[in-house]
Amino acid sequence: MRTIDEARPRESADALSEPTFLSIANLSKAYAADRPVLHEFSLTAKAGEFVSLLGVSGCGKSTLLKIIAGLSPLSSGSVRIAGMNPEAAREIMSFVFQDPALLPWRTVARNVELALEFEGLSRSLRAARVESVLSLVGLGAVGRYYPRQLSGGMKMRVSLARALATTPRLLLMDEPFAALDAMMRNRLNEELLALKEQQRWTTLFVTHSIAEAVFLSDRIILMGANPGRVCEEIAVQLPAARTASLRSEPAFLHLVGQVGKRLAGIRA
Amino acid sequence: MNSSFWRLPLLTFCSLVLLWQAAVVLFKVPDYLLPSPVEIAILIPARTRDLLRALLVTGGEALGGFLLSAVVGIAVGLFFAISTVIRRCLYPYVVLLQTIPIIAISPLILLWLGNGSLSVLFISFLISVPAVVANTTQGLISVETNLLNLFRMGNASIAAVLFKLRLPHALPHIFVGLKIAAGASVVGALVGETFAGSSALGAGGLGYNSIYALSQLATPYLFALILTSSLLGLLFFLLVTTLERVMVGRWHESVLGDRMD
Repeated sequence: MRTIDEARPRESADALSEPTFLSIANLSKAYAADRPVLHEFSLTAKAGEFVSLLGVSGCGKSTLLKIIAGLSPLSSGSVRIAGMNPEAAREIMSFVFQDPALLPWRTVARNVELALEFEGLSRSLRAARVESVLSLVGLGAVGRYYPRQLSGGMKMRVSLARALATTPRLLLMDEPFAALDAMMRNRLNEELLALKEQQRWTTLFVTHSIAEAVFLSDRIILMGANPGRVCEEIAVQLPAARTASLRSEPAFLHLVGQVGKRLAGIRA
Repeated sequence: MNSSFWRLPLLTFCSLVLLWQAAVVLFKVPDYLLPSPVEIAILIPARTRDLLRALLVTGGEALGGFLLSAVVGIAVGLFFAISTVIRRCLYPYVVLLQTIPIIAISPLILLWLGNGSLSVLFISFLISVPAVVANTTQGLISVETNLLNLFRMGNASIAAVLFKLRLPHALPHIFVGLKIAAGASVVGALVGETFAGSSALGAGGLGYNSIYALSQLATPYLFALILTSSLLGLLFFLLVTTLERVMVGRWHESVLGDRMD
């Protein structure tokens, strides 16, 4: 369960009083001088916060995640994760890609194990960790299967298990459920929140789906394109314990409508 | 594969052989032009020793050429994958090697390596190596960006990226190259022998024996040699596909069928 402190709606004064975990300041990125992707992008997040980035295609959402992960260089500005630069912070972050990015020649268990091999864990420690994290995502029984034998939703769960195996403090998710059908997407959203209750990582979540962003997030960043920038921040003031039934509640539906309107305003 | 899979092809084969036999008997075709299947079938057991010896000679040369092209081809592919500069400098020449008719340069090989099995092996190698290099390189460099990013996120070493990601990813591609090379190495050995086969009478391989049989108009024996050559090609193909099944059979889509939902 979340503490009362976590459940409290976030206000800016509140954010200042708590230590900042992720801080992005005046970040700009351009592939060429006349092709800016991100312009003066600033964002801070507290530990344990779930922040969604919502915006039209080409607003630099994915690029932003890659920069935070140290996979893409920035042109100017700064990114600090728990006081570290992106490359140094890799040890405490995990990236969940839009596709499951599994190695087809490894079994499910060995795929999850890969993340632990990078950390240099001993074989016995790895095996125990793999087993516990697979059962955490509800895949305890499929460890010896190959990715090819799994459905799309199961593959995504494996990908999530691999990301969580290293107990990250920051989870970067780049439209992880975009390729799934709506039912599966909803289910995985609920599971993701339930897992977050237990492990309490900070999340930066890129999505195209307004409902998904509202359901998952503590805060939604609406982004504009050409170049990518922060247009608006919306605090999601919904109860902390979110279950499937929330989706039919008026407060939820109202907020989805509001966010949709604001997003449409940016596009125009 | 079940027995019904083979029923129709087998029927086709039997019909064609019967048709062939009937045509030869009906039109009284002389055997130096086209021997009948029965004639060839009678000849094979009588000359099994010669055929087997020729098979071993050519098989040895082709196997040597194939193994050399596998080792060299994969090694060159690895270098190409590690260094973009090396790849840019040399890759066009690998493609070029594919376009050179090896027959055209085989006199040169004869000049440098002399008559005999070594030249034949080298010709077999030259014909089969480009396919291995091209497919290995392609497999090693065509890894999805997200998988590479995953390894970068784990601060994986160059060796880890190569051996845990690029090489396993390239395996199916490498086997495509090896399958082409297996067929080509047999062709290379046969063609090579027609140029550089042993000059000792009857001691040469299948290619050399074919030329000899032709000069004698021993057409039934020529047919027996063709059959034996086909057998050699088939053996090589089976060798590679078996190896492929063992190494990538468990996971690759081309082999694996069932899905779990």
